[in-house]
Amino acid sequence: MSSVLYDAPGPRAKRRNVILTVTFVALLALLLWWLWRALESRNQLEWKLWEPFFTSQAWTTYLLPGLANTLKAMGLSMVIALPLGALFGIARLSDHLWVRIPAGAVVEFFRAIPVLLLMLFANEVIARSMDVTTEQRQLYAVVAGLVLYNASVLAEVVRAGILALPKGQTEAAQAIGLRKGQTMSSILLPQAVTVMLPAIVSQLVVIVKDTALGGVMIGFTELLSGRATLAAVYANPVPSFVVVAIIYIILNFIITSFAGWLEQRLRRGKKSTGAVIPAAAVGGTTATGGEGGGVPGLGTFIDKKDT
Amino acid sequence: MFDFLSSYNNPTFLGAFWMTVKLTVFSAIGSLVWGTLLAAMRVSPVPLMRGFGTVYVNVVRNIPLTVIIVFTSLGLADIFRVTMGAGGDVKLQAFRLALLGFVAYTAAFVCEALRSGINTVPVGQAEAARAIGLSFAQVLGLIVLPQAFRAVIGPLANVLIALTKNTTVAAAIGVMEAAYLMKGMIEKEAQTLLIGAIFAFGFVVLTLPTGLFLGWLSKRLAVKR
Repeated sequence: MSSVLYDAPGPRAKRRNVILTVTFVALLALLLWWLWRALESRNQLEWKLWEPFFTSQAWTTYLLPGLANTLKAMGLSMVIALPLGALFGIARLSDHLWVRIPAGAVVEFFRAIPVLLLMLFANEVIARSMDVTTEQRQLYAVVAGLVLYNASVLAEVVRAGILALPKGQTEAAQAIGLRKGQTMSSILLPQAVTVMLPAIVSQLVVIVKDTALGGVMIGFTELLSGRATLAAVYANPVPSFVVVAIIYIILNFIITSFAGWLEQRLRRGKKSTGAVIPAAAVGGTTATGGEGGGVPGLGTFIDKKDT
Repeated sequence: MFDFLSSYNNPTFLGAFWMTVKLTVFSAIGSLVWGTLLAAMRVSPVPLMRGFGTVYVNVVRNIPLTVIIVFTSLGLADIFRVTMGAGGDVKLQAFRLALLGFVAYTAAFVCEALRSGINTVPVGQAEAARAIGLSFAQVLGLIVLPQAFRAVIGPLANVLIALTKNTTVAAAIGVMEAAYLMKGMIEKEAQTLLIGAIFAFGFVVLTLPTGLFLGWLSKRLAVKR
């Protein structure tokens, strides 16, 4: 295999690669042995600590309700954030300065502050102004924080999605006499939705990961706080962390794979313009994950299929 | 109007943001080192190293940062007795554990940013360099890395800004940074909106200039192709 960094290996390079492989295997084995020792010496490998995960009770009482809440917060956040994001994304493309500037300011503001701050703030505002139960308040606070942040990220996705369309689309629409609103709603948006679908789906990974913040900081009973209750009952913090991490990895892997599959499909599609915003372009899984990120004004990079 | 700010001493308002800055800077340095190592593995000619890098990045990237940070406290410190050389100083220990968590997590993103930078260099560049007889070190040092470095500023800036915001997660294990102070303050004081606004402003001050500067730099240095 050859890449930008190295050519196909010759006899000397092959020998060197074998030596490197052997050294690396030794290092990995050392690491695993050390890890196993650490677990063993703290009695973390005892069967009774891991056994609960093979009973239905641990799942039905603690983990699955937590996972359900995680997914609920994720779904709600996405459903609310998407139209909001579309609104702000389109507003940023407006011809009018007085629409474009404020929309841009709002988007950049919410992208610049941590989602945890938004959650804490929403939590307090709801606690003081609304008459709701504790569980409702926690859910609302988490969703509010996630919506404010992700709507601003999605606004950038929408903007990039519309900008990714070939200019001919707008020009053709103008040529047949459509007005600006009509061009947007019947020509640009329907095409942009397919273009940005992978990026939207992979934003779900960021949302899933951020729900855990609500669990620790404002007591929302999602998967991570389900783990805390479980570990308190069975006294198995380390195994419970391992299991919960695996659940998150599987869940996010499914979402990422789906986004990747969508991207491939859209790229191959003959009907579309071939413009796709890669799943990872906008603060998505590869960009920063966690709480996402973005350089203001740097925007997003857009892939256009060369035709 | 801002009287209540001065009544907080543990930590003070500026002290809390100073902690945020410290967390960001130290984590950034640590994750740059570890991320570069990971990136080197991911582009190495040895399949096993590439495999390790891929597995590390995909596992770490898909675990919420909150899980990692909470684990450093409840798992590493409480069960495995990892004290990070803090010698019983609980605050220092929490700070260093949080750093460890941030480095482990952010390095995965640094690795991906660096790898994407290397991938922007067309293979023809290296092939041409080899054709004129440059050695591996020369190809890397004179041709590939200078171009890759310029392409990598934008993605790395994104990682740095996300890291700045991510440091708030350290509040979950009691590191006295901005979000920790805000949580205490907003529960006690009446001026909810004002508190929200000043903390938000603090983060805007931290992230916006960095983003604008690095965004400008990456555009300026971008390799025109």
